[in-house]
This record gives sequence, C-alpha cells and structure tokens, in this order.
Amino acid sequence: MGASRRSTALVVISTALVALWVILAAFPFLWTLWGSFKVQGDFFSRSDWMNALTGPLTQEQTGGAFTGQGYWGAWVESGFWRNVVNTGIVVVCTVVISLTLGTLGGYALARSGFRYAFWLLMIALVFRAMPHITLVSGYLLPFFEWNLWGHLPTAIIVLVAINQPFTLWMLHSFFLNIPKDLDESAMVDGCTRFQAFRHVIMPVMWPGVITTGLFSFLLAYNDFAVTAMLLSSENQTMVPRIASFLGSVQQEGNVMFAVAAVVSATAPLFVLILFFQRQIVSGLTAGAVKG
Amino acid sequence: MSFPRLTTLTAVATILGASAAMADCGIASGRVAILSNDFPALQAMAAAAAECASATVTVTANQTTEHRDIQVAALTANPAEYTSAVVANSSIVPLMNAGLIRPLDDLIAQYAPDLPQLNRITIDGQTMAVAFMANAQHLYLREDVLAQVGAEAPATYEEVLEVLAAIREAGIMEHPFAMNTGAGWNLGEEFVNMYLGHGGDLFEPGTANPSINNETGVATLEMLAALNAYANPDFLTFDSNATQALWESGQIAVGYMWGSRAAGILDAENSTPEITGATALAAAPTVGGGTVPASTLWWDGFTIAANISDEDAAATFQALMHGLRPEVITANNDAAVWLMPGFTPGASAEGVSATANAGARPYPMLPYAGLLHTALGNELAAFLQGQESAEQALADVEAAYIAAAREQGFLQ
Amino acid sequence: MPHRTFLWFILPSLTAMILFIALPIVSVVIQSLHVEHEQVLVTVENCGPFGCTEETRVDRAATEALREAQPLGRFNGLGTYLDRRHLATAEVAEAWRSSETMGQFWGRLMNLPFYKALAFTLAYTFIVTPLVLVLGLAIALGVNGLPRLMRGPTIFFSLLPMIVTPLIGSLVLFWMIDADGVIGATLARLFDDPNLSLKASPTLTWITIFVYGVWHSAPFAFIVFYAGLQTVPEETLEAAMIDGANRWERIRYVVIPHLMPLAVFITLMQLMDNFRVFEPIVGFQAQASATSLSYIIYSDLRGDVQQFGSAAATSVLTILGVAILLAPVLVRTWRDFNRKRA
Repeated sequence: MGASRRSTALVVISTALVALWVILAAFPFLWTLWGSFKVQGDFFSRSDWMNALTGPLTQEQTGGAFTGQGYWGAWVESGFWRNVVNTGIVVVCTVVISLTLGTLGGYALARSGFRYAFWLLMIALVFRAMPHITLVSGYLLPFFEWNLWGHLPTAIIVLVAINQPFTLWMLHSFFLNIPKDLDESAMVDGCTRFQAFRHVIMPVMWPGVITTGLFSFLLAYNDFAVTAMLLSSENQTMVPRIASFLGSVQQEGNVMFAVAAVVSATAPLFVLILFFQRQIVSGLTAGAVKG
Repeated sequence: MSFPRLTTLTAVATILGASAAMADCGIASGRVAILSNDFPALQAMAAAAAECASATVTVTANQTTEHRDIQVAALTANPAEYTSAVVANSSIVPLMNAGLIRPLDDLIAQYAPDLPQLNRITIDGQTMAVAFMANAQHLYLREDVLAQVGAEAPATYEEVLEVLAAIREAGIMEHPFAMNTGAGWNLGEEFVNMYLGHGGDLFEPGTANPSINNETGVATLEMLAALNAYANPDFLTFDSNATQALWESGQIAVGYMWGSRAAGILDAENSTPEITGATALAAAPTVGGGTVPASTLWWDGFTIAANISDEDAAATFQALMHGLRPEVITANNDAAVWLMPGFTPGASAEGVSATANAGARPYPMLPYAGLLHTALGNELAAFLQGQESAEQALADVEAAYIAAAREQGFLQ
Repeated sequence: MPHRTFLWFILPSLTAMILFIALPIVSVVIQSLHVEHEQVLVTVENCGPFGCTEETRVDRAATEALREAQPLGRFNGLGTYLDRRHLATAEVAEAWRSSETMGQFWGRLMNLPFYKALAFTLAYTFIVTPLVLVLGLAIALGVNGLPRLMRGPTIFFSLLPMIVTPLIGSLVLFWMIDADGVIGATLARLFDDPNLSLKASPTLTWITIFVYGVWHSAPFAFIVFYAGLQTVPEETLEAAMIDGANRWERIRYVVIPHLMPLAVFITLMQLMDNFRVFEPIVGFQAQASATSLSYIIYSDLRGDVQQFGSAAATSVLTILGVAILLAPVLVRTWRDFNRKRA
C-alpha cells in the first residue's frame, strides 16, 4: 500500500480522521495533566471552565500560576509511594505468574488435538463472564477464616486466576501459529515434550508472550474490584488508594490528590507503552490473536 | 419520646469525663486491630490509639472506604481479623444480626465507669457500642441572598419553598436549591428524612412489613419533587461532593447537606469570602405541620468483636478510649461533631446541634431498614424524572423491599 | 499430545481456575438456590445519644438454632430467580394479561428492575461493540497510512483512553460533561441550547455512556487491527491492484478477510466485557437513568445488608446471558477446531 499511489483526497481524509481521533483520545488526559497543577476550585470550577486553564484561584491561593500541592499532598503527606510499591509488586508478580501458567497451558491446548481441549477453552471463556464483584464477595469469608485476607500474595493469586482464561485464549491462538513440525521434529530427535517446549518453542514465543503480558499488565494495573476488597490498607495498591482520596458521603475528599496521583500513576504506563510499542505490534503480528 | 439536649449533655460529659482520661494506656498485653472508614477524625483517633503500642501490645488500623463491605466477613472469622469495627446506626445492624460484637458493659464498668449514658448505645439493656461522633443533614443558608428577597431563615419546608420561589422570581438564581438526591443511597436517605419529618413510620410497629405506600409517603414524594423543581435538572446525580461544590461556587442559596461537610464549606478553600461569610447553618426544617425536623440523626461509634479473647477485647477498649481522650478531641475539634469530653462546639457544629436539639429522630437501627433504604434509592428516581406517579413509585419500592426481605428471612 | 503430558502442562493453570473461579461459581449457584432462615424478631428498647426508641432486633438465639440445623439456609429452588427482582415471572404474566397494547406492556416490563437493566445492557452491548470494531478498523487503516515517523506518537496517544484508570477517567469526564464543564458548555453553545444537560435526561445519559464506551474500548480494537494490517500479504494486494481493484475493493476483498479472525477475537472480548458494563454507570452517577446487570449485583452487595442470594442469582443469569451471546462465535470456533483436526 504505497502512499504514492493514493489520491490526495484520501490521504487528507484519513489523516484528518486520525488527527481527530488523537485529539479525542488525548484531550481528557492532557486536560488532567494541566489541571493537576491547579487547585480544586479551578480544575473543577463551577463558575467557568476557563478557570481550569487560567487558574485565578490558584493564583490567589498559592501565589503562582501552577502549584505542586496535589503532588506534594499525595506523595509526601499521604505516602502514595507505598501504594506505588505495592502496585509494582502486585503487577510484576501477576504478569510473571500469569504468563508462566498461561504459556504452559496455552501450549498444551494448542497441541492437544482432543475435543476436551476445546471444551476446556470454552468453559474458561464462560468463566470469564462471571462478574468479579460476585467472585470477590465469595472469597471474603474463607480468606478471613484461613487468615489469607489482606496479604499481597492472596491478591496476586486471585488476579492470576481471574486473568487465566484471557491469557490461555490468547496464548493458545498464538501457539497454533507456530508450526507443529518445529517441536515435533525435536521430539523425534529424542527430546521430551517439555524439553521441546523449553528449547524449541520458548525462543520463538516472545512476541506473543509480550503482547499477552501487556494486556495482563493493564488488567492488574487498573483492577479495582479485587484489590479494593482483598487488601488491607497497608498493602493497598494505587487504584483503591486513589478512590479513597475522593472522599465519602461523610467527608470531603482530597480530589486534587487523586488527580495528581492519577497523573503519576499513568506516567510509568507511558514509559512502558513507548518501550514495548514495537513488541506489542510485532507480537500481535506474529499471530497472537486469532478467533 | 424526649431527646436530650446535645450541647448540655456534652458540657456535662466534659466534667464527668475528665477523671476518666488516663495519661498512659496501662494495657498489659493484647492485640488491637481497628477497622474503620477513612477520614481525618477517625485517622486522628486511630493514631492516638496507636500510642498504646508496646512490646506486648500491637495496634494496627485498616482505614478504608470499603469497610462496610468487609466487616461482617472479617469479624465472622475466629479469631476475628479485627478486634474493633467502627460503625454507625445502620452499619451496626449486620454485626448485631450475626452476633459478631460483644456487650461492653463489663469493660465500661472496669475501665470507663464515668462514661455518660449519652455515649452508650444500648440495645435491649446491653451496651453494644460507644458513640463518639454525631452527624445529620441540615439547612445551609446564604444570608445575603435571603436578605435580598427580604426573607427570614425558614423553619419549615413550606417556607423554604416560598423563599426559593422569591429567589427565582427576583431573578437572582434559576436553580437556588440542592440536596443530596443522587440516585441510590443518597436519594433513599432523603426520602427517609422527609418521611420521618412528616411523622411517618417506615414499618408497621414490631414487624418488618413496610408502611410507606400511604398518604404520608405521597406527601413526602410531592415535597421532594416540589423542592427539586428549584434544583438544577442534574439533581439525580448529586452526591455530597457535588452539592458542596455547588455551594462553594455560590450557585445555590439554600442547601440541605451533611453537617460533617460544614467545616469544609466554612473554610476559605475553594470558595470566596463573600460566600463563606454569608453562609449560615440552621436546623433541618419541619414539614407538613410536623413537630420534629425532617432529618435523621447519625452517630459513629466503636464496637468490639465477639470472636476474640477477653484480653484482646480489654486492650482494644482501653486503646480506643485512649484514642478518644479529651486532648485528642480538643486537638481535632473541628474534624467532627464529637460526643466526647474536650469538644467545644464551634460554628461548623451549629447545624447538627440545632437539628438534634429540635428533636430530630435517629436513623432507625432496624435489621431490615437497610433493605428498604436500598429499594427506595433504586426505585424513586423514576418518579422524580416524571416517568411514573407517586403511588406507583411507592408500590414499586414496597414490592422490591418485600422480595428482598423474603430472601433475607424477615418476611414470609 | 498424550493425555498425561497435557494434564501436566495445563495443571497449574487449571488448579488456579478451579480454585478461584469454578468453586466460587459452584458456591454461587448453590447460594442462589437458597434463602435465609426465617429471622425471629423481638421488640426491644434501644438507647443512644439521641434518646431511646422501641425497635425490633433479630432474636439471635432462636435464629441461630434454625441456622445450625440448616447452615445453607432454606432451600428455595428457583424461587429467587423467578421473584420480582430477577425474572419476575408473576409480574410479567400479570402485565401481559392486563396490558391492552404492546406499548403498555413494554412500559410495565421496563418498570421491573431486571428487565430495565437488561434493556440497557443489551443496548450498550449491541451499539458499542460494532462501533468499536468500525472505529478501531478506521483508525488502524488511517494510522497505517501515516508516514512511518508519525506512527509511534500516534499509537501512543491512541492508547490513552484504554490505559487511564477508568475510575478517574470517568470522574474527570463526568466533570467535563457537566453543564458548567468544558465539554458540556461547548455542546450547549454548539446546539445553541443553554439548558442542555447531558446528565438530566435518560436518553442523553444513555448516549453519553455509549460514547464513553466506544472511546474507552476503541484503542483495544485499534491496536489489534493495526497489528493485523502489518501482515496483510503484499502479493495479494498487488495482484488485486493489477486486476484493477480500487482502494475500497482492495480493503473489502483482501484486507477485511485477512483481518476476519482478529475481528472475531475482538467481538468475543467486547461482547463479554460490554455485557458486564459497570464502571461508567457508577462513574457518571447514571443509576437514575441507566442500570446494568452488573450494577444490580453491585447494588445488592453494597450497603448495610448484603444480599448474597439475590446477587448470586443475577450473576448466574449474567453468565447464561454471556453464553447465549457468545454462542454464534463459539459455534464458529468449534467448526474451525474440527476442520483443523481433520
């Protein structure tokens, strides 16, 4: 599809469409980024939304056009860094364990020609339909009884389990696209199934694994239902903590702490997406997803 | 029914309580684990209770906005995950229903014999919780706007409507009113307040049968609709954060909001001196010729888990009383309307005190009140949107409640 | 692959899913078939800071005795599924009998919480899913046509709606669509209607949530399609061009068939996720105008009295709903699977 062969009108239209989309996609975030340096009365101004841009109250209350109060409040006063560390632990462990279990299972599902493999996949898919909030409410009592509640490993295992159907499905379709001959010829040469997997499949599976990993990453990173209900406050991750900045019926929250925290929480994702952008695309290209 | 005068009793409590306060906690050993909501007053209490930690005493606190969702499971475990849960009128009920909290009479007799009756939540003669904070919804008025239309502070909702009409006619504001009418829990609460203000009872006495589909219920809904005709058309999305922001931006002149928001509304942050300076706090109005304010009174208090050792229970009781000693209360005076010695009612407590003194009723501590509250919150929006009649809305609420109460075993 | 080897490979994954998903589902199904014991009520005097009142409470000893005898509760069969808060068979039959027109029947049906939620859930699923597919494809084609240098930053910004925490994403958007917010005020000026409020009317609330849903999910479809576009066989495209196919025909007959498996994958995931729509309802405080099945479950489990039985029944109905929705896709996959086996 060489660009040279296309009519100018088409190029203009499609570029305009993409430009419009990029604006729509990025605008709320850029707005939030700008507003995170204002005070609440400006960013959430009821009198005039222009205040979020110009910041008259910020000027009045802090003496400058921009203020780092939200960031200071979230990171220093409220110790948001602890939640960041917790999120780091939860996300890294969830992704690593999910992928380890998922590659083994997905490989088996792709290579087993039996009908039960298909049914297993289907059941896993229907499992995924269960609303998380019902699952989590069911966990509470046994977890408290067995003293498992509140700890990071518990939340990690639950997140791994909840993400397994998706991970299995994606990796299974990925392995389907790796030619069977590859590992079967290794087995003819005397490798066991696991050795074949270890030495022949593993080196070529990374693009698919990275793509799947990114989706697991996002699921774990943005999760609220599981982490809010299963972690005690000292082990809390970022998203429930941000929710608690918003306050309750009774008490006004520190909304600007939440806004600043969200901007900071999104920053590592930027780095991640920039870094893995090529891998996501090449991973998907290698056929990670097929219906 | 007669209600004690809050301020008078607080003053009495100050004298009685002074001797009960101890310099150190004097706990030999034990485990203290507190489950509570997450806001400054409770954070101050937990931090002060944590001073009791020593080589033999552990003090931990889990302060989270999700506390209501985990408290039953957490206290059902044996030993319970938390030795104490901080609850309110409504959230004590599921713990009571399941028998998860212990009577505190022995602990009070031993460690806080001077604790005033005011603070003791007694159920069937047994003290099940120690109340330490109060809250209620009440009126917020912009005196400058009222003066412009020559109105006095309204004492009844009928007068409120007149004031609102005058403000609109004078062209000062098109939507001068707001209350917390967001569909869900908030809307349910507004119905309960207004219905009790009309003198209604939510249930047939002594049973779990609902009794809201009647003339009082219709009058309640009509009053809510009449008031919200003066509110912004978005009113079905209004929670406390939204109404407070409306007030602080000067867009409304009459508000019905929580007392716990008063300190935030009266401070300079996010508002202008013209608005905060003209803000007056008043008791919730009466309605429909009723004698008590159309509001419900709420307390927050601590309970002690049943499934823990007596040693841990004693340690927890002492640590929490240490966390509520007068110095802590004084240092955090404006964080709440405290019911404890050391509290000096300030400007931000006026609304709650006035509402309590005018004899508002407490939110009912009934095992099935939460079910009706949920049904009200879910079913009333259709009426306020003008999609169905008041009678139909009330019939829907009763039907939804009855189905829920049957599943829970309250109705057969 | 022999059964034994298969089992060893799948075992860790299977154990996790059985323990944390299958067993809870079994327990949810059992709970949905039971209701609580009769609660024995007694009237007592309660006192507090605001005086004393006569109130009822649960008689613990009497209720406990019943609970000991039958720890699961009373068996209720499908009673919970059929009551007013779920399938409401009696109410639906009554509405059918007493309604003279279809419109009247529909109105009564929409007054029942489950059907009201189902209507929104289905509308959301069937409006948002195709729009996500189309928009995702359009953006992918557009980005693919950009000069190489521009693609990186564009992909990066395009993914933003998906990666910003929904909780805060919707909070900020909720403020922006307020009549005083930047989007709300702009729209009011655009339509020249100063009283325009996206939050007040049910129709506008629905549209707002749909738009949010498309905005939030389009990046997922985009990135998958974009990746697929990288592998469109160049030879086929050139052959089509030599045969005189114009750009549209090339997309229609070469690109789209190549992307079909990806479209199926996206549809599957989107149908499932959209059927469980929940966050935007809470985020936009839209409960008054729009409720979904997941929202009903949330509402049952929140609050002071948690209604597990009712939430369990709605959850089971949700799973059934997803299974029905996915059936066509699953049948297709089953055929593919058998074809591959053959």
